[in-house]
Amino acid sequence: MEQAIIHIENLKRNFTVGSETVRALKGVSFDVKEGEFLTIMGASGSGKTTMLNILGCLDRPTDGKYLLDNVSIASLSKNELARLRNHKIGFVFQSFNLLPRTSALENVELPLLYNSKISSKERKSRAIAALEAVGLADRMGHTPNQLSGGQQQRVAIARALVNDPVMLLADEATGNLDSKTSYEILALFQELNQKGKTIVFVTHEPDIASLSKRTITLRDGHIIKDIIIDNPKSAKWYLENLPVNDDEI
Amino acid sequence: MAMARNKMRTILTMLGIIIGVASVIAMLAIGQGSKKSIQDQISSMGTNMLMIRPNSDAPGGVRLDASSMQNLTIKDLEAIQQQCPNVALVSPLVSGRGQTIYASKNWPTSIQGVGTNFLEIRKMSIKDGIMFSEQDVATAAKVCVLGKTVIENLFADGDSPIGKTIRFKNIPFKVIGTLAEKGENTFGQDQDDIILTPYTTIQKRVLAITYIQNIFASAIDEKSSDIALKEITAALRQSHKLKDSQEDDFSVRTQAELISTFSSITQMLTILLAAIASISLLVGGIGIMNIMFVSVTERTREIGLRMAIGGREIDIMFQFLIEAVMISIAGGIIGVALGITTSYALASILGWPITITSLSIILSFLVCFITGVFFGWYPARKASYLDPIEALRYE
Ligand SMILES: Nc1ncnc2c1ncn2[C@@H]1O[C@H](COP(=O)(O)OP(=O)(O)OP(=O)(O)O)[C@@H](O)[C@H]1O
Ligand SMILES: [Mg+2]
Repeated sequence: MEQAIIHIENLKRNFTVGSETVRALKGVSFDVKEGEFLTIMGASGSGKTTMLNILGCLDRPTDGKYLLDNVSIASLSKNELARLRNHKIGFVFQSFNLLPRTSALENVELPLLYNSKISSKERKSRAIAALEAVGLADRMGHTPNQLSGGQQQRVAIARALVNDPVMLLADEATGNLDSKTSYEILALFQELNQKGKTIVFVTHEPDIASLSKRTITLRDGHIIKDIIIDNPKSAKWYLENLPVNDDEI
Repeated sequence: MAMARNKMRTILTMLGIIIGVASVIAMLAIGQGSKKSIQDQISSMGTNMLMIRPNSDAPGGVRLDASSMQNLTIKDLEAIQQQCPNVALVSPLVSGRGQTIYASKNWPTSIQGVGTNFLEIRKMSIKDGIMFSEQDVATAAKVCVLGKTVIENLFADGDSPIGKTIRFKNIPFKVIGTLAEKGENTFGQDQDDIILTPYTTIQKRVLAITYIQNIFASAIDEKSSDIALKEITAALRQSHKLKDSQEDDFSVRTQAELISTFSSITQMLTILLAAIASISLLVGGIGIMNIMFVSVTERTREIGLRMAIGGREIDIMFQFLIEAVMISIAGGIIGVALGITTSYALASILGWPITITSLSIILSFLVCFITGVFFGWYPARKASYLDPIEALRYE
């Protein structure tokens, strides 16, 4: 199953601010194959979020080629891009972005509301299944303010999984969490990846990157490193070997 | 839904619509109610009735009091009877005011001298006793028929007036009948404060005149009143020997004309009231627009998220549009309920006539829907035009 889900060639993205042009991506090329767990690293301002927004079809490149599942993004209309995001992509954000005062179950059902083919019955059963997959079966009726940060991020991951996307995109998904919870979330990502989900994960932390199968490092809109990690550590292993007093912090 | 999450704010927003709709409903109920009651009362006087009186706008510009004009006579009445096929009944009318006395009681009222057809023309009827006859008219008999108010003021409770003799300007009249109650007319006049006698009696014994003051007629049916009016005009012009160049020295008015005059006045009043009320509806609509803008700004991140997970522009637009429409329709439902309650309260406390038409309710909902769409449109469009990346980054 070594098929390329993402094919990127000489991708550029310029922003015009007033009379100046900010070149956030200056010609990036790489492929992501099905089942990969890719982390994107780089200093602040190196273009990671810009890259991920384009991968997630929220933004379009100024120049270059992007094929998602063999479909060229450049030729698609706004509505077609929305459909693509709904069917093929699951987003996980740094700040969770759950709807306040709305139950976990309803939050997870949300993407399916934009898919007219899914009945309300199926919507509910799929949302329940997604929440079970992230280990929150007993928290379905809780609203975000009744959940911890880690649990909220699990709900967000369940939401990203519910429409069975071809890939998960995460932008510093552990940025707001402590290290123990970060490892728990990473353990979940590793588990999902083991089951075949393709994952692209933007992070600042080398520790997190070392848990993925491949790391691309960006600097000033260029790829400066692209390394394969042959035997990534298991996040579970880290959790079990965490210093005891780390819990106290 | 976001609406339910901000209950207080939603209710306050709805308040404008609620007040607007409630006042529209109440104003229409009052307007329609008074229109209907005026129409009912006028037609209870007989919809096919025509009134003829001497024209007070005398040629030459000299304005004389109508009753002092003496150009209507019994000849005119006969001319109408003979020449107007669309006129069913005619009756003269002569009246005088004065004190009526029975035993120790007295009562100031008007005595009306009429023909035997008068009751039928005016849609009146006898309750007890009998109406005077043609024979009584021919002999100028001193007999009379009394209305309820007169009886109440002259006779003790339970005392039957029939067979008694009352005095009007010192002339004795024998009471032979009583009239069925009619109540007040549109102008607040008591229609039961009335004494009817043969017109000849008034002419000869009370006023000592030979002319008649008014002629009441009825068309054969309601539709014929206009033709009857033309026929009467022609007959009277001929009878008065008026040349083509001369203006009518009398005037004929139909009841239908009166109804349409009053209808158009109340119609105007209704429109005015409704217009005032719809201003508050407009204010309510602006309130919705305002709160929708606040809502869009507050939920910028939510909008960004919805777009990121596959919401199209149109989905976002509809979400906010539906919300605006739901606020205004919910306000409309409460407003209609409040308006109906207010109308009935006004009806029972102040005794105002009200009519709540289903049209005004349907219209209110329609206006609410349009208000919601109209004032929700711009905020909803603003929401749908947001850039998902920007929106997700919004603090
Ligand atoms: N909408 C925009 N308008 C103008 N410039 C932008 C815009 N978005 C990003 N940039 C610029 O593009 C460059 C890359 O930004 P990007 O957000 O991708 O960096 P990043 O690697 O995600 O940084 P961080 O680690 O801080 O999140 C930056 O110089 C930024 O200023
Ligand atoms: Mg970033």
